[in-house]
Amino acid sequence: MTSAAGSAPWDLFGYFADHRGQVLELLWSHTWLSVLPVVIGLLVSLPIGWLARRYRWVYPSVVSVTGLLYTIPSLALFVIMPMLLGTQILDPVNVVAALTVYTVALLVRVVADGLAAVPDDVMQSATAMGLTRFQRLRKVELPLAVPVIAAGLRVATVANVSLVAIAGTIGIPELGQLFIIGFQLSVNGPYYPPIVLGIVLCVLLALVLDGLIVLGSRWATPWQRVVAAR
Amino acid sequence: MTDNVLVWLNDPQNWSGTRFTPGIGAQIAAHLLYTAIALLVAGAIAFPLGIVLGHTGRAGWLVSVANGLRSLPTVGLLILLYVMVSPLISGRGDAPYLVPTEIALVLLALPPILANTYAGVRNVPPDARDAARGMGMTGPQVLLRVELPNALPLVFSGLRSATLQVIATATIAAYVGLDGLGRYVYDGLASHQFGQMAGGAVLVAALALLVDLVLALVQRLTVSRGVSGRFSRRAAGGDGRTAAVTELTAGSGEGRERGGNDAEDSSRPVAVLAPSGKHPPG
Repeated sequence: MTSAAGSAPWDLFGYFADHRGQVLELLWSHTWLSVLPVVIGLLVSLPIGWLARRYRWVYPSVVSVTGLLYTIPSLALFVIMPMLLGTQILDPVNVVAALTVYTVALLVRVVADGLAAVPDDVMQSATAMGLTRFQRLRKVELPLAVPVIAAGLRVATVANVSLVAIAGTIGIPELGQLFIIGFQLSVNGPYYPPIVLGIVLCVLLALVLDGLIVLGSRWATPWQRVVAAR
Repeated sequence: MTDNVLVWLNDPQNWSGTRFTPGIGAQIAAHLLYTAIALLVAGAIAFPLGIVLGHTGRAGWLVSVANGLRSLPTVGLLILLYVMVSPLISGRGDAPYLVPTEIALVLLALPPILANTYAGVRNVPPDARDAARGMGMTGPQVLLRVELPNALPLVFSGLRSATLQVIATATIAAYVGLDGLGRYVYDGLASHQFGQMAGGAVLVAALALLVDLVLALVQRLTVSRGVSGRFSRRAAGGDGRTAAVTELTAGSGEGRERGGNDAEDSSRPVAVLAPSGKHPPG
């Protein structure tokens, strides 16, 4: 485990060079552990958010349930998940499930608010053009709600990258393991490289995923650029 | 698996503790103490700073810097500070764990309190401020009687965010050796006692819910009804579409009423659009 490189914070490059394979593996699992809950969460939130928008009485209960879910600390949720799912305590599925819960809690409201923000006259024109309810949803409401939903996705994704690292303390392999390694190697004085490397990679990963969502959102809303160019 | 948890939670010895291990009650008290220390220190720094910055409208970049702190992984920050600060402290007992952990907790509690206090004071309707001046109020009077009461819902949402964040992170701090409810999670993991581990997790979740509930009640009692608009729910709610717009402009108002956690999170679309929306508790 000992590295040829020194123990100062700026030796993270040396540390990376020495443990390249391991670090990249951790980075990869960190990435999918952060992204998968967002994908599942979005798929789950779209119908619930639509329901909350369509039937007004659903909205308050959705909001209070999501508010409650948000107060549960993530470490507690990681540990409680096996009880609910019957999985093993170290199963990465627990992390995915727990983060999906947070993502859904955030996105349901975002989807409902995004759909609610579609202007009334646009809806009326769509109806007047003869679109059925489903066509209206697919061709008008959802596309117009994309910027709001994308903003919610960004918050969820960036938060997930930080939350996934917490699962490292209960032994699930991702970038959080670098903090654990650094902690364990710091018995005789601080050993910074893995800790600093972990923080840097987490921030970079969050920035990259955030950027990807921004790009995707732009690609999905080409009319916004036309409006902006005018 | 659930049985193990119930057995563990029902064992009176776990609650009273033994001569060598503190009981659940003592760990809850410890957890609350760490949380309170961090919140008091962070509040003492961020609250006045947010008010001054919001009132004068200067140095908004400081708020952005504080928000940038939030994208750091909490565990990484915690362990980095522990490794950095702990060797410098030669005290006995808890000090080598407590001091670095509290620094990390304060750093995590600062951004939500600062950003929300700043936004709260900034977002006071300008005409309310003008009216107060027109009535002859002095600067401090405007601040105390108009700006603060109006900012209170947002200030509370920041405080509640910070509190949840601190409770969550204090749990993780058990990993580096601090007491508190996180002890059960990590000790249970180390000794393969699932009942203890999940029991600790359940207690943490319950503690977080309970503390948030208490703060919600305090918020309800302290926020002026003229600001929260609680007496005119129907009128303010009205149609779904306008409700979204009302929330977007008036913000905080109804957020709590409808179970929304805080104006800083997703109770308003505009808040979600902000680059640093609410993060779930660590």
